[in-house]
Amino acid sequence: MTDLSQGSGPVATDLNQSQFLIFSLGDEEYAIDILKVQEIRGYENVTRIANAPEFIKGVTNLRGVIVPIVDLRLRFALENAEYNSQTVVIVVNVGQRVIGIVVDSVSDVMALLPEQIKPAPEFGATLSADYLSGLGSVGDRMLVLVDIERLLTSEEMALMEQVSDGH
Amino acid sequence: MDLSDFYATFFEEADELLADMEGHLLALDPAAPDPEQLNAIFRAAHSIKGGAGTFGFDILQRTTHIFENLLDHTRQGELALRAEIIDTFLETKDMLNDQLDAYRNGTAPDAEAYERICQTLQKIAEEELGRQPETASDTAQQTLDTSAPDKVPQAAADNDPCLTESEAGLLLVTLVELDDKDRDLLVEELSQLGEVVERRGSDQRHEVVLRSSVSAEDIEAVMCFIASADQIEIRDLTEPQSPPADTSPTPESGPAATPPDTPPTAGTATTAKAAPELKAVATPASPRPGKVAPRENSSIRVSVDKVDQIINLVGELIITQSMLDQTVSEMEGNSHPGLLSGMSLLQRNARDLQEAVMSVRMVPMDYVFSRFPRLVRDLAGKLGKQIELVTEGESTELDKSLTERIIDPLTHLVRNSLDHGIELPGARTAVGKPATGRLTLSAQHQGGNILIEVMDDGAGLNRERILAKASESGLNVSDAMSDEEVWQLIFAPGFSTAAEISDVSGRGVGMDVVKRNIQAMGGHVEILSRPGQGTTTRIVLPLTLAILDGMSVKVGAEMFILPLSAVIESMQPTRQDLYTMAGDDLMLRVREEYLPVVALHEALEVANACHQPTESIAVIVQGEGRRYALLVDDLVGQQQVVVKNLETNYRRVPGVAAATILGDGSVALILDIADLHRLHQRKRRDACSALTDSATQLAPQSSHTTEASTTTAEDMTP
Repeated sequence: MTDLSQGSGPVATDLNQSQFLIFSLGDEEYAIDILKVQEIRGYENVTRIANAPEFIKGVTNLRGVIVPIVDLRLRFALENAEYNSQTVVIVVNVGQRVIGIVVDSVSDVMALLPEQIKPAPEFGATLSADYLSGLGSVGDRMLVLVDIERLLTSEEMALMEQVSDGH
Repeated sequence: MDLSDFYATFFEEADELLADMEGHLLALDPAAPDPEQLNAIFRAAHSIKGGAGTFGFDILQRTTHIFENLLDHTRQGELALRAEIIDTFLETKDMLNDQLDAYRNGTAPDAEAYERICQTLQKIAEEELGRQPETASDTAQQTLDTSAPDKVPQAAADNDPCLTESEAGLLLVTLVELDDKDRDLLVEELSQLGEVVERRGSDQRHEVVLRSSVSAEDIEAVMCFIASADQIEIRDLTEPQSPPADTSPTPESGPAATPPDTPPTAGTATTAKAAPELKAVATPASPRPGKVAPRENSSIRVSVDKVDQIINLVGELIITQSMLDQTVSEMEGNSHPGLLSGMSLLQRNARDLQEAVMSVRMVPMDYVFSRFPRLVRDLAGKLGKQIELVTEGESTELDKSLTERIIDPLTHLVRNSLDHGIELPGARTAVGKPATGRLTLSAQHQGGNILIEVMDDGAGLNRERILAKASESGLNVSDAMSDEEVWQLIFAPGFSTAAEISDVSGRGVGMDVVKRNIQAMGGHVEILSRPGQGTTTRIVLPLTLAILDGMSVKVGAEMFILPLSAVIESMQPTRQDLYTMAGDDLMLRVREEYLPVVALHEALEVANACHQPTESIAVIVQGEGRRYALLVDDLVGQQQVVVKNLETNYRRVPGVAAATILGDGSVALILDIADLHRLHQRKRRDACSALTDSATQLAPQSSHTTEASTTTAEDMTP
């Protein structure tokens, strides 16, 4: 957290910088565009959906709206996907939809300047570079910048009907 | 302000006016027309003309104009009505509909059709009245030179007598706080309705003196397209009344405007000579002329989205309330009596609120039934049949979205009844029935359902012909089938018993579509028929799609909701009633009927569920005509649930229709009975091909699923 001042702080008025929500999955740190985030809440009361991929945990009631919950830890093939009182759900708005993503923890909100964002290398079988908007480097931390909209609306996430998706 | 903002309002109002007009035309008795109805028809045509003129829809304006003139003669009693004339009027109304649609879609109306209808109308005018109708129209159409008001009396006197001056009253129209553009538009509009004798006054109160035979009510109706009701005041100057001091027409109105105080005799004479309907309108114009048209206030137009939003919010409220209720009931005893009574009050209020909100979406069945008189009339004429249409229970209410979806299936059934059901007059009298057939449309509530019936007193369904036709088209039939089963055959795809195909019905598409549509609405359809006495088709529909009567069931630790309408009965299966087929498929015998068994825990992969069929509960369910036994662990209870769409944020889930929120705030899935069966079959097939792939694994794997039914292995088909 000591590096926080490097990104935000006095330069926060820079028009070119974007704000990111940083969360962790296992030992890795990921970042998503803060403007896509609707709220952050605990993991509770998720109703399982049968015959869905493993990383789709089910649906939950978010103030009367039925919202699907995706566990990104399972999606990114991480070893330990535990559900305890610390488990966090980030509710994001992508397309016209509301989707909850399960992560281990949320650390902070950070502003990154364009020069702090490096292009994502072509690698990874579990997480294609298509879904990354780059790698952020803040001091000695490496942040994986996820294009959450593209990831969640992708066909392999099976979160929406691809053919009849009119949104 | 842009005029196009008002287009939508005009189109909606015009649609309603045309529907009104049609209703009145159909109810009109040519021999003794009801003057009230004639007036209503005239007013509708007139209002549309006014609006069309304002928005520059020339063809629509001209058509309504000719139509209006003819109607005017009719209501004056100068034109005797005949059935053919009413037919022509109906045709004109259809034309107007078409033109309206064309303008709505931004295209030009069909000019040919316009020419034709105008000629037809003119011909009627010429033949029936023996004169050119245009003379009358000139009067109404002429736009008078408003700059020379002193010419007006002569002009009026010179006019063709068919718009007699005695009927043209003087009206003082006051426009309150309108901007220049709207005011000019309105004055132009007024000049279409009669002669603008004088304009005066300030921007705040602009007064227009109008000589016109049009009633104040009509003027207001036309002007309401542009201004709101409180911006327009209309007073009849021919009424011999003492006007309120502030708005009295000042002497500066000059000789042309016939000041009310100078010749009271002229005023009374005009009133006395005025046609009855003019007087009827003029009478309510008491000292408060602004209150001419209060009918606008009796309803408001609200978009369905807004209503749905309220319904959703109330659903939330109900859920929150039951969550609170649960928390309170878990609290220690009587420590807070105030809280407990408050909770029960909240519960009652919330339920009342829900009911009230749901009723907003409800529309009377009249909305549906009202389109049938026309259809029946036209079809009967085409088919050479005499048919009397009776509607019952028009005030029965149904969810708006359902009423819209029921129209097509119902139209189909009505066409069928007219075409195949009711016989020709000759055939009817030959068997001693009255020549006029009777078609009854009825609606009534029955529990949470609405029952809609299409009943005819025709020949009834022909059992032999249906059976013959069914076996011809390769359907599996036998003579031993019950009547009820035979009638259901007509819902099979591609089935038609019509001896010859007419353009009314009998193309073989339809009844299966009817059935599918009704099932998609969560309803079902049944047929009752007796030879020689007629056929009744009965549609049973849920009242609304937003709330569902559900049965909650438990499998493992999970809760599911079955639509109660799909549940027939439930039972604990005994070993003797369970049979296997082809080694693996389980069948349950219920009263000599063998039903396939679908275990919910298998179809939906529920962990920790009961695997013994004899220890589960079998719920006999029916969906899309397929009946099967669904194995669940436990029945929890019946409850009304608010239906939530899963596809809003997620996608369609096989075997699942929607979701709902339970009292504890958690989500439960509402099952789709028919889709669940398909899912089960798909899984079975997949499992089967997996098994054949690893044939050596067959024995140990199948033993556990068929464990319960090994004693009945001898019943297996080889």
